[in-house]
Amino acid sequence: MLAKRIIPCLDVDHGRVKKGVNFVNLKDVGDPTDIAAAYQKQGADELVFLDITATNEKRKAIVNTIEKVASQVFMPLTVGGGIHSVADMMALLKAGADKTAVNSAAVQNPDLISEGAEKFGSQCVVLAIDAKFNPQTQSYQVYVNGGRTPTNLDAIEWAKTGVAKGAGELLVTSMDKDGTKSGYDIELYKRLTAAVSVPVIASGGVGKVTDFPEVFQQADVDGALAASVFHFGELTISDVKKELKKDGVIVR
Amino acid sequence: MIIVIDYDTGNTRNLKKALDFLGVENRLSADRDEILAADGVILPGVGAFKKAMDALEDRNLVDVLREVAKQGTPMLGICLGMQLLFDRSLEFGDTKGLSLISGEVVAIPSDLGVKVPHMGWDQNNLKQADPIAEVFDKQYSYFVHSFYVKTAPERILASVDYGVEIPSIVRQENVIGMQFHPEKSGDVGLAGLTKFKEMVSNADYSRN
Repeated sequence: MLAKRIIPCLDVDHGRVKKGVNFVNLKDVGDPTDIAAAYQKQGADELVFLDITATNEKRKAIVNTIEKVASQVFMPLTVGGGIHSVADMMALLKAGADKTAVNSAAVQNPDLISEGAEKFGSQCVVLAIDAKFNPQTQSYQVYVNGGRTPTNLDAIEWAKTGVAKGAGELLVTSMDKDGTKSGYDIELYKRLTAAVSVPVIASGGVGKVTDFPEVFQQADVDGALAASVFHFGELTISDVKKELKKDGVIVR
Repeated sequence: MIIVIDYDTGNTRNLKKALDFLGVENRLSADRDEILAADGVILPGVGAFKKAMDALEDRNLVDVLREVAKQGTPMLGICLGMQLLFDRSLEFGDTKGLSLISGEVVAIPSDLGVKVPHMGWDQNNLKQADPIAEVFDKQYSYFVHSFYVKTAPERILASVDYGVEIPSIVRQENVIGMQFHPEKSGDVGLAGLTKFKEMVSNADYSRN
């Protein structure tokens, strides 16, 4: 059976990893290729690159970055952040990405999902969703523009729409949990995995090693993404996998 | 020199990157003479079976690949490239393949309670002793596919259990197939490609 995936996420700005990574003695703490190679060595199952470049040359910088990483690191690579068109997806896939993640642009134009899926296959199109719990409606609301702008979309409904349009995977960040280190948003992922049949990647909230078995066992997600706990060396991928194995979760 | 068949299907460049990383002399080509003269041939591929066969036919490569297999050149099909080695595929109709290994390509059943496509890291179990397949025994490699191969047990060197037995490495003499992507399977994938290169370098092996 498929192994559950542990996925470090790197924020990339103009070809540099934004927050330095200090879990090993890297010569250059901001170089995406060095960091990616170190994570491959640690046993990461996939890497997500989130492009946070704010300028117009944005695409060019991230495409070059992926081109370099894919020449040295041989594992699945997902790229998100500012993908607006099938041409953007194509450039990244050609550079060596395996999947492209769409977020705000897909909310504006849901056909971007189907166009990408038709052209490259569903396995290349990940729908990224930033979700926040709304206590009034007791439901999760979709936010766009890096979590700054609320929409009137319900996260579960939007996930179903995205899958119907051809998204092959969902990467869902809990805005309530992100940065809190209090564990993944189990309720959100329970609702998502009950609603869709494609793989769901949980993101946001990791603080300790037991957060991983919790989300896999209680919410049946396929992958768990984390950034700071790995980047700052609070946990290693192998710490996490040891814990998961101990709890009977299948990992590589 | 290893020739990677260039017929406009997705993962070719990542495969080339992996071979370059390993220092394996390689070139992308669709040229008949170059392919027939190669020490080893890799047939990559992602996407739909019929479209890939059409692309090979458009480039007059079907007979060339059959000739490559016949002359004993080590040949490796990867992902869809492995599926193309078989007799036929039932993906959207019935399409003839290269018939280098006997068997057919069918859909992963959707009623097994497993997700389709079969996408992610899965564990290989060795079925027969083989220098390339042994590298992958009990190891996880990276899969992305919705169809799988049905073939005789003696052709299956390794397989994964996904509700059905999915052959992950197959072989008939000099023709080998990998259902997973060695170029995306980390160290173990690179080790597998290195073993293929050794097979190519070993004249006795490749011409026996």
